[in-house]
Amino acid sequence: MRYTGFRKRANRCAVSGNDKTMEVSVWRGSGGQGAYEIFQVPAQDNQTVLDVVSYIQQEIDPSLTYRYACRVGMCGSCAMMVNGQPRWTCRTHVKKVLTAGRLTVAPLRNLPVIRDLAADMDPFFEKWVKAGGVHKPGRSRDDAIQQVSPEDPGRVEANKAIECINCAVCYAACDTVAGSPDYLGPAALQRAWTLYNDVKVTDRAAVLASVTGPEGCTNCHSQGSCTRFCPNELDPLGSVAGLKRALARSFFGGKG
Amino acid sequence: MLGIRLYMAQRLSAMMMGPLVLGHLAVMIYAIQGGLSSAEILGRTKGSIPWFLFYGAFVLAVSVHAAIGLRVILHEVTGLKGRLLEAFTWAVMLGLTVMGARAVLAVTLL
Ligand code: SF4
Ligand code: SF4
Ligand code: FES
Repeated sequence: MRYTGFRKRANRCAVSGNDKTMEVSVWRGSGGQGAYEIFQVPAQDNQTVLDVVSYIQQEIDPSLTYRYACRVGMCGSCAMMVNGQPRWTCRTHVKKVLTAGRLTVAPLRNLPVIRDLAADMDPFFEKWVKAGGVHKPGRSRDDAIQQVSPEDPGRVEANKAIECINCAVCYAACDTVAGSPDYLGPAALQRAWTLYNDVKVTDRAAVLASVTGPEGCTNCHSQGSCTRFCPNELDPLGSVAGLKRALARSFFGGKG
Repeated sequence: MLGIRLYMAQRLSAMMMGPLVLGHLAVMIYAIQGGLSSAEILGRTKGSIPWFLFYGAFVLAVSVHAAIGLRVILHEVTGLKGRLLEAFTWAVMLGLTVMGARAVLAVTLL
């Protein structure tokens, strides 16, 4: 990300009953070009980073581009870099992240920028497809519905990751993606691990094969930024480690 | 840029190096504690097949392990890939093997 300077703009909005403001630097620009722009935003007792971004767009500069949908941590579309760390902005309270009364908001790391705070998610989802993140059922509609016990060890392992909201926070946190842009990344690999453990998936070898290439799970450095930052408290690091173990077993001729 | 074969080679060479490093440390401590002179050390290593195999294996494991490690660092820092990256990996591995082999041969050949 290139830093080319600051542009200042006065807050044109008069706020009654609250004279406390905070300084918010927001990334403006598209592609690789851009700069931080500073806005003065009224400080509230309770507000999320997404509230701040929405305030700027609604009250100061309608051209500010960003993305959100659910506002309750379900859709995974609002992730941005907040003071240098990837976060789901709709569930991140300003109070928790404010440093010296300042906030810096930028588009997600490791992804191209469409405009301002909206990152291009295509490479992220393309990797889900590459990592075989599509369920390929072993039965057809003519077969009886497969009974799956919730206690089945594979099901228990698969359940751990099904709350993933595809927010790409882990992907933005991953230094291996930063250094090796073809690396499939934590979220897509976690999905592959989920499928690998899903008893309904019959071709486990195919799942492993799709994460075995030079862009696959063997590139992970196991430092765990993904698990540290996942807002849903999932454990992509654990999933990638599981894939590595399965791969090592299959390398020695085990059943994987 | 690390497929399954390089990954396994790096893990297996690390597993090999573990006991070899401990053995090497033990030998160094023994040699210093016992006050062995260089001539006395060479007297024991020259013509010794066990020492040749011990340090020979060490050199091979180090060469494989370090070459793959440096390959990853080079790729992640500079973005280098493809043939040049392969060439770099092999060059480091062969270079370390040759240098290590010279040292091992110097102390174990009669
Ligand atoms: S543990 Fe692996 S997948 Fe997770 S952030 Fe680190 S390198 Fe990326
Ligand atoms: S694993 Fe966590 S951080 Fe990564 S995409 Fe899923 S919910 Fe987001
Ligand atoms: S807006 Fe849906 S997760 Fe934040």
